[in-house]
This record gives sequence, structure tokens and C-alpha cells, in this order.
Amino acid sequence: MNRRDFIRHLGLSTTGAILIPVGLSGCVVAPASKPQAKAKAAPIAAAVVSDSPLSYGSPLQRAHAAGDGTPRMIVVFLRGAVDGLNVVVPHGDHNYYKARPGIAVSRPGTQNGAIDLTGYFGLHPALQALQPYWDGGQLAFIHASGSPDMSRSHFEAQDYMETGTPGQHNTRDGWMNRMLSVMAPSSSPMQALTLGESVPRILTGRAVVANMPTGRDATRPTLIDRPEVNQTYAALYAQDAALGKSYRDGISARKELMADASSSEQKAANNGAPLPNGLSIDTSRLGRLMRSNPDIRLGFIAVGGWDTHTNQGNGNGQLANRLRPLADGLTTLARELGPAFNDTVIVVMSEFGRTFRENGNGGTDHGHGNAMWLLGGNVRGRSIYGQWPGIDDNALNEGRDLAITTDFRAVLATLAEKHMRIGDPAMQKLFPQYGAGNAHALNFLV
Amino acid sequence: MSTRPRLLSIALLLTCVAALDANAQTEQAPLNDAEKALHVLNRLAYGPRPGDVDAVRHIGVKRYIEQQLNPDSLPMPPELTDKLSALSTYQLTSTQLYQQYGPPSFPPNTATPEEKNMARQRANKDITPQVHAARLWLATESPRQLQEVMTEFWFNHFNVFEGKEWVRYWDGEYEKDVLRPNALGNFRQLLGAVAHHPAMLYYLDNWLSSGVNTPEAKGRFKGLNENYGRELLELHTMGVDSGYTQADVISLARILSGWTIDEKGMKDGAQQPFIFNPRRHDAGDKLFLGQTIKGSGYQEGEQALDILARHPATAHFIAAKLVQYFVSDQPQPALSEKLARRFMSSNGDIKAVLHTLFDSPEFWARSNYQTKFKTPYQYVVSSLRATATPVLNVKPIDGVLNQLGQPLYGWLTPEGYKFSEEAWLNPDALLRRINFVNGLSNGKSPIARAETPPPAPGSAPATPLPNSAATVAVDPQQLIQTLTPTLAPHSLSTVSAAPANLQVGLILGGPDFMKR
Repeated sequence: MNRRDFIRHLGLSTTGAILIPVGLSGCVVAPASKPQAKAKAAPIAAAVVSDSPLSYGSPLQRAHAAGDGTPRMIVVFLRGAVDGLNVVVPHGDHNYYKARPGIAVSRPGTQNGAIDLTGYFGLHPALQALQPYWDGGQLAFIHASGSPDMSRSHFEAQDYMETGTPGQHNTRDGWMNRMLSVMAPSSSPMQALTLGESVPRILTGRAVVANMPTGRDATRPTLIDRPEVNQTYAALYAQDAALGKSYRDGISARKELMADASSSEQKAANNGAPLPNGLSIDTSRLGRLMRSNPDIRLGFIAVGGWDTHTNQGNGNGQLANRLRPLADGLTTLARELGPAFNDTVIVVMSEFGRTFRENGNGGTDHGHGNAMWLLGGNVRGRSIYGQWPGIDDNALNEGRDLAITTDFRAVLATLAEKHMRIGDPAMQKLFPQYGAGNAHALNFLV
Repeated sequence: MSTRPRLLSIALLLTCVAALDANAQTEQAPLNDAEKALHVLNRLAYGPRPGDVDAVRHIGVKRYIEQQLNPDSLPMPPELTDKLSALSTYQLTSTQLYQQYGPPSFPPNTATPEEKNMARQRANKDITPQVHAARLWLATESPRQLQEVMTEFWFNHFNVFEGKEWVRYWDGEYEKDVLRPNALGNFRQLLGAVAHHPAMLYYLDNWLSSGVNTPEAKGRFKGLNENYGRELLELHTMGVDSGYTQADVISLARILSGWTIDEKGMKDGAQQPFIFNPRRHDAGDKLFLGQTIKGSGYQEGEQALDILARHPATAHFIAAKLVQYFVSDQPQPALSEKLARRFMSSNGDIKAVLHTLFDSPEFWARSNYQTKFKTPYQYVVSSLRATATPVLNVKPIDGVLNQLGQPLYGWLTPEGYKFSEEAWLNPDALLRRINFVNGLSNGKSPIARAETPPPAPGSAPATPLPNSAATVAVDPQQLIQTLTPTLAPHSLSTVSAAPANLQVGLILGGPDFMKR
């Protein structure tokens, strides 16, 4: 595959039409440019089921909700390519049911059916915990979004999404690290926090990033947390300028984490509530840290287990069992952010989508377009953004996958500009091959 | 610190004139014998083991360097070679691994996802731990340390990623048979061996690449794939922005079209995984870096590799990388130029280039002594060597390298790991390093305990392996002696004043041992 040429080709052919995302506000029905899909589908389907008209939902009209004014952003990366067509389900199109006889999420109102969102799109029932955010206008999706690169390799596609330079192998740093370096300088070692053992590609680079171990053991005291120990090390490091600063930054970040842990355990004990499980343990910690320390502007967490090649299930089953704790983790995060939820946008993304049609093993293979999720106090929610390309045979990418009509960088660039308030010249650094000239303002913020 | 000032810290201390004078003086002073011995052990090897500094001082650094540049002159300890021979899958060829650890995702791609998954799990269990063990045993125990250092250097230069499907099956052989034997050899031979190995053909997709409209350009093998051609120019030879164009990338991909993996032959036992498939090769003439390459099939590729290996940009690119690895993160243009000239005059003789490097005043300058921040791998391996911790279980090492951000064979993109302070110095990493070395001090590290397999159902609990419990606590005085003169006087006094049970962790977790 010739990736760079592909990008170039795509860039040329699409500046006019395909790639420019459409910011949709208000109640929107099917754009006039997609009539052939319906026309073709109608004769077959008429007798069986009637398709619902395409609808993107109507964003809840509301005023900007005040927070402390320090914008924050959290990326939740679903590694392994989540099946976006079963997350935000096009239940209004019979083609969806035809292509997925064993794994489709059934229509709203049926057992384990989708939660209706717009009359055409619905939410996987395992994501029910998120429904209040949709109803409250704080949850939105950008459907048919993703990377313009055609790679179906997990590692390559993740790499491209994390560097923000699809098709470009040797980008040194991740876009979240570049974002840190163009934000207002701060002496805090805790401007960006990643949960997990190592610093992910998305946060590698020049700017200092703190990472926090995950799980219950994360705040188990280690040797270095003992004051007499870290003071002795401090004496050792005192005479080394560069290493000394890193050491002191590390200790102060660690102290903050430990202080939070003891206070939250206190709280848990007081309420008599059990500690949340799995992902929620980490997201509650992240939420509290970001609420109490406005220096922390960026957060990152990766969640795996989405590569559902076999037996992925429908409203129940493997994928449902993954989505449920994810929804719990996200609601925990939103809740623990407290008033800072109004200053925060949580982005959920994945390297690519999965094949439109069910494979021979009750699963789906590596595809292309996916849905990006946005959750936050000032997300103009209760709406699906982007342009729905349709899912009839002609509309599919290479005849097999949901096509992409919104470049993931359009979403991220909009957030960077409108939410994180990063200016034009810096935007060039953030997404180098995707400059301000390409800026597609998506109207998804209040 | 006063004996090993860094320019930056001096700049910060400008107000203290007396200290500045003292530092300026020591900065000029040549390294003494002990410092020279430590320096070669830190740069040509993965740091000293007990007794190494004295041994190098005894034979002299010149002789040590000569020995290291001629690894065959150094006998391998029989325990080490015996251990390696006992690694059953590590001794298999690519073909044997292919046959025994299928089913693959190769065409006709008939394996079910379950079969693929099982194959993946078997490989993770049977192949990968042995590849890791071999690397770690050699890094910690081989007397041919420079060969190991250069093997790691070239692995990063010609990086492949263990997690990309079939690379896992072949990266062990790639390192064992392609990189290590050529690590101090001739660059052109190394480049050629890499280009033919299935790990690289697979990793950078050249095995899929076919000339446009060639008879067998079908299905998965439909089109030209530029991936390898591009990285061959950008990362393996000339370096980015060195004058080649997109048209050269395409020409090179056309030249190499049909260089593929003989998966059909391997199924039938062919021992050579590489095959040139003329029915997928673009037979036209190509213009490559200003030269016309006549359509001549397989030979075009060899001709292109010749051109690349001889290209001055390649010499400069490799020279600058060696300088960064062995001397300093700061560019040393004069030294790079000297090495590039040696590279060209010796037709890419790596040993000759390194000889020039180890003879250079820059290599021995006090300003470049104890200044390189160790990568996680260097840090972990050097601490195992310093404490003489035997590697009986690689899992905890894999774990710590993962935590520190440098899993073995785990960099997924082709540029490999960085060797710079900028890439590795971050606050959390220091604390993790400190916690890791504190686990080595009491002789109870899980690294030094062989894993006991879980007892089979119904059988008696397994008895511990004989070699699993013998390690003793590390003696801080012995450790200081092993590492001297690593620790600055200030550090020594801080360590000596600390409680005895913290001393080993302080020696290894302090700023002095973070550097080489």
C-alpha cells in the first residue's frame, strides 16, 4: 500500500466533498445527497420492515455551564477497534439487520434492544448508564469518523491516531504531548496524567507527563513513599541539576497521588460503599485528581479487549460485557470530576471500526469508519454529528466497511481550538499535515 | 559531582566563582586509569560486573578495546553456551518455526480465528520467552560485550516489532543469525542479510509488494508496497532529508518488487525463506538516485543495496548515530565527519569505524564521561551485572522493561528506540527505577528464582529447582567496589550515612548510576 500517496490523493479529491464534516445543528433529516440509498432499499424492504428516516437528533438548547474556567480534556482510547456500528446502532436501516443476522442489536422496544437516540440511531443497551448524559445534552457522537489512512493493522492505525499524522511513520511525538507544549507553560509536573505502566505514544515527547499506576495496587505505598527514604534520595539528587529536577517532580506527583488515595479511601469508608471495580477504580481516581488539581489539563486512559473477531454477541454477550464496565467507568469519571465536568471534554476513540457484515464466526473483522464519543458538561449533546454515508452496498468503503466522512483530526482540532483555546499558529504544530486551512469547525460545543 | 561537572550545572553556578574555577580545572583533566576502565565498561559493555574494573585496569583499556572489537578472540563460557543450546525453539530455523507453530495468516488464509489465536498463544508461550532469555543472558553474561551492545544497536537501527503477527516467530533468528554475526562486520553484508530475512520482509510488508500489472499481482499481493523501500532509504541507509525523492522511493520499491517470503516452499521444508518471484517483479528499467538500473530481475536489488551502502549520506547517517550512542547526545560534527570518512574508505567496515571512534579525543573527553543517561534496558542490564543477579526468570525483567517503557522487541514503528536522555528522563521513570533496584538488594528478587511450573493436577507439589534459591543479599561495600569510581564523593558520603538496608538501593538508584 502506498500510504502517503493515498493521503495526498484523498486530500485532493475530498477538499470539496467527502471529507469535510458537516456541523449539524437542529433537527436534521437525511441529506438530499443520499436518495439512491433509500430508493434502492425500499422495494426489498417495504414488505418486511419500513426504514426510519435518517435523523441526527436535536441538540438540547442550553446555556454554557460555568466551571472554574480551566479547560481540560481526557482521551479514552479503546485499543483493538471497537465495533462502532454496535455502539451507535443504525437501527433505522434494514441493511444493518440484513448484514448482521446474528449480532445486530435488535430494534428499540424489543428485548435487549437498542436504546433509541434519534429515531434512526440507537445506543447499545449495555451503555444504558450513559443515557442520562444523552438526555441531558452532554453526550454526542461523531459517526463515520476515523483516520483517512487505510491501514487495518492495529499497531499502525493506533500509531497514526496517537501521533496525529496518519500515513507518517516517523513522527517522534504524540499529539497530546504536542498539545501540552503549546499550552500555557506551567512548572507543574502534573499537567498531563496517564493511567498505566508506561507513557503511551499519544503522550510521548518533550513535555513532562506524569503516569499513574492503575488498579488497587497503584496507591499501595512503596519504599520511595517513606519520607526518610525519599529525603535520603533527595540529598543524593540535590547536586544534579537535570536529574534532580526530575526526581523532585516525581516525588511531588507521587505525594499528590498518595494524598488523594488516603482521602478517597477515607471517603469510601465513611460512606460504607465498596470500592468500584475495574476501570471505575482508575477513572474515579483520575476524576478526583483532575477536579482537585486544575494544573492537570490532560488525562489519558487506554481500555483493551475490543477485537471481537468471534462471538461478539448482540445486545448481550462479549461486546456487551465490555461496554457495560466502560459505561460505568465513564459515568464514574464524569461524576468524580464534579464541577470540573463543565470544564472537561472526554473523547472516546478507537483505531478503526469493524466490518459492516458479520463474519462466519459471529464476529467482525478489521474495518474502517467508527464513531467517536464526546462527553462533557459543555458538549452540545443529544445529537449525532458528521455526515452519515449510509450502509447500502454502494456506500461502503471497499464494499465492506463503514466509510469515513469525518477525519478524526477534525474532531480533535475543533476541541483543541474551541475548547482548549489553542491559537492558529500552534494548531499547525498540533496536527502538522492538517493545518488551519483544513479547520473544520464542528458545532458540538455549547 | 565536583569531579564530573556538567556544563549545565556550571552555568547555573556562575555566581560561585571559586567552585567554577575548580570545576573548570577538573574539566580539562584527562581521565585517570580507573575512570578510563569504567568508561569503556559503560560504553563498550553494559557496565561493570564485580571485578571488571580491576580486570580492565590490569590488561589496559587499549587491549580491552582490541579484544572487544575481535569477539572471536574471547572464549564463551561453557555454562552460557550450554544454556543457549538448551533453548529448544531458539535453536529452530525460520522454516521449522513456520512449520511447527502455524497456522499462519498467510494465503490461502484458511485458519479459523480460534486456530490463529491458539497459534499465537503457543508462540507467546514457547518462542518469545526463549528469545528474551537468550538476549538477556548474553547481555548480562557474555564476555563479548561490544558484540551485544552492537547487536542491540543494529536491532534498533533495523527495528522489527515482536507484536506484528509473524515477526514474533522470526525475530529471534533475525537477531541470532543476521544481526549478531554481522554486528562488527561489514555494513553491506549486514544490510543484505536484513533485506533477505523474513522478519524484515514481513515487518515492512515487502513480501506483499508486486510490480503493477505483473502476472501474479493478485489479491493480497496486488500492488506495489513502498513501505520497505521508504524505510530502507529513510532509516536504514541515507537518512531523512538526505537528497532522495519520492520518485526514488517508488523506484526502489519497484526494484525490490518480488523480494518475498517463500511460504509455499517453507511448508515443504525449503530452508531458505527468501525467494525472488520474477512473476511479481516489475521488469522495466528504473532511475534510482540518478542512475539507470537496467531491468535485470533479482540483481537490481543487489545493485540498489550496493549503491545505498556506498552512498556518502549513508556513511554520515550511520556515523552520527554511532556518535550519539557511544559519545554524546550533543552532535560532534568533527568526529562524525571523521567516522563517515572511515566508513567510506573501509567500504563500510564497522569494526574499523568503531576503532576510529574509540581512538578519538571526543570519546575520552571528560566532558563526555558519565554523561549519557541510560536507557531503561541499559539501566536494568547494568544493575543486574553490578549486583551479579543471575537471570533465572525473564518474566520480571520483561515486566520492569515494560513499566519503564522499553519492552524487549516491543517498539512498534520502524525507527526503533531512542538512545537519548530526552527520550527517557522523566519523573516517574526515576521513581520506578529506584523501586526496581531496591528489589535487587536483598537477594530475593524473582529474577533470581526460576519459575516453578504449577503442579499437574493430582500430583505432588513441585520441588523447587536446585538453582533457584542460592542468591544472597548484595553487600553494599562490595557493590561500591564493583562500581568505583562511579559514585561521586558527595554520593558516597550520603550512602555511607544511610541505614545499611537502604545502601544498595541508594547506590543503584542515585544519579551516578543512572548515567554511563
